[in-house]
Amino acid sequence: MSAGAPAKAVRPETDRRIDELLSAFPRKGSALLPALYLVQEEKGYVPAEAMEYLAGKLDVSPAFVAGVVSFYTMFHTKPIGRHHIQICRTLSCALRGCRAVLRHLEERLGIRPGETTPDGRFSLETVECLGACDQAPMIQINQEEHGLLDPNKMDEVLARLD
Amino acid sequence: MAHERLLTRNMDREGSETIGVYLEAGGYRGLRRVLKEMTPEAFATEVKNSGLRGRGGAGFPTGVKWGFLPKSRDKPRYLCVNADESEPGTFKDRLLIERDPHLVLEGIIASAYAIECRTAFFYIRGEFHKGYRIFKRAVEEAYEKGYLGKNILKTGFDLDVIIYRGAGAYICGEETALLESLEGKRGLPRLKPPFPAVVGLYGCPTIINNVETLANVTLIAERGAEWFAGLGRPPKNTGPKLFCVSGHVKRPGVYEAELGIPLKELIEDRAGGMLHPDRPLKAVVPGGSSMKILPASKCEVRMDFDSLMEAGSMLGSAGVMVMDSGTCMVQALLNLARFYAHESCGQCTPCREGTGWFVKILERLEKGEGSEGDVDLLADVAGRVEGHTICPFGEAIAWPVQSYVAAFRDEYLEHVRRRSCPIGGPSLI
Ligand SMILES: Cc1cc2nc3c(=O)[nH]c(=O)nc-3n(C[C@H](O)[C@H](O)[C@H](O)COP(=O)(O)O)c2cc1C
Ligand code: SF4
Ligand code: FES
Repeated sequence: MSAGAPAKAVRPETDRRIDELLSAFPRKGSALLPALYLVQEEKGYVPAEAMEYLAGKLDVSPAFVAGVVSFYTMFHTKPIGRHHIQICRTLSCALRGCRAVLRHLEERLGIRPGETTPDGRFSLETVECLGACDQAPMIQINQEEHGLLDPNKMDEVLARLD
Repeated sequence: MAHERLLTRNMDREGSETIGVYLEAGGYRGLRRVLKEMTPEAFATEVKNSGLRGRGGAGFPTGVKWGFLPKSRDKPRYLCVNADESEPGTFKDRLLIERDPHLVLEGIIASAYAIECRTAFFYIRGEFHKGYRIFKRAVEEAYEKGYLGKNILKTGFDLDVIIYRGAGAYICGEETALLESLEGKRGLPRLKPPFPAVVGLYGCPTIINNVETLANVTLIAERGAEWFAGLGRPPKNTGPKLFCVSGHVKRPGVYEAELGIPLKELIEDRAGGMLHPDRPLKAVVPGGSSMKILPASKCEVRMDFDSLMEAGSMLGSAGVMVMDSGTCMVQALLNLARFYAHESCGQCTPCREGTGWFVKILERLEKGEGSEGDVDLLADVAGRVEGHTICPFGEAIAWPVQSYVAAFRDEYLEHVRRRSCPIGGPSLI
């Protein structure tokens, strides 16, 4: 680890896996995205200390890491809800009624896109085409997809979540 | 039209994503033939003679692209598989990855052999969690069975495949943005030339091909160029194709057909016809959201590269978005304009500013607060974006704007005159 990087930014196991990534590609720089995924897997988001830590590992500036993090929508800089509900808003889903599903979700959860419920259970986000337009309207909750939704089916999906 | 299923042939088998089932169905035979009986140049020529054109959007002949690699061998060569599939309306690569990953992998290995590359990258969009897990397992299986790694099939050919996950950015599907992303940076498209075949990943010669393109290479490895070149609409639109049909049809889905299937056959026969019997067809986007829209009057067209070009659009990624008479064309375009405004990487002023303008003008029109001048302004701004940007994302938004406004000008003007939407269908925004 290079000098000055905070020691306890990630768990030793994550640190070890990130070290492995550094030599997994023809150039070290390519390790950044997979390393960010490892950090996010551990912490649920990418805190500022972790960006500094990764900058040290990869010999780049913290600002460079922050620039990368902000470019990609899948990296979060704040904690998000246990169930991250991502509803597709793009045209094929819109043609099949995603607005009605979104409105229903907003009412049920009492939050708007970009917000998290006070108990930390749900975050709601609108996303762009998830490449599953035959399932329109569709959502992704964490890593699982649910398609051909309407408000009733949406309730059934929500009822299965802890 | 009876069509032999080629790209989807294994997908009904239980466990189609496993190497055992793939091998039972005759998989990796084509690769064996290529590696044991052909030189790399001979197979590259075979692919060129097949007429195969890229399935990622631009339709560039694959063998010709491979031919742009410099002859000198002082640097490693890379193959980057574009599995970023993010064009709205497109979901075919996902199907191949999840349901027949070895069909794709066999094509990757054969292509790497042809272009003499030893490391291939599989850049898969971050949201494809299931696809990632399945493809990762497929790569492991291929190493276990000796189709990847050192001395493949005891021919002395070595190849590693590295899977790389994107992280949510449409622009990373653009080939040079993809390379930047693979290098661990923000996905900002590069100025071309130099082209990636000459200066690509890590500054080395690089070929970027789409997932479906490489699945087609497997077919060519199995049955040869002559057979492949006889499928579809020879000589320039050859082979099978996956069409993604979404929107107002009864059965949205991926349908395989030879290039040149009539659009109407795809909608009526394959996708079950229009969703609501009382709402007729209004328009189709034939090639993913970036391609020009065809009003119903222009939908007697065949689905191949050249026919769609003649009809004033493009095959693009073959994302066929079907819209019925209840669709408001101001809202439909506003929906897409917001997508493009969100996804512009912001490097070029015309693209960054133009996408914002489109959203603002369309919001005005949608609320009934627009003027006739706004309708012309849309086309005017689109003209200033088209051809003035680093990457084709500029066209990807300019073309929809130009074509929606041209084909549905009266409907746009109605929004101005009535100060409200004349269609009144469910909201798209
Ligand atoms: C904005 C933009 C997004 C693109 N997205 C994709 C994509 O998701 N998948 C893809 O294969 N090609 C995409 N392309 C096309 C690629 O740049 C490239 O042409 C293609 O991957 C080459 O493969 P092919 O020759 O096999 O078609 C995109 C192009 C642009 C301009
Ligand atoms: S055209 Fe748009 S997306 Fe492409 S480089 Fe320019 S700003 Fe970025
Ligand atoms: S538009 Fe929603 S998945 Fe494609």
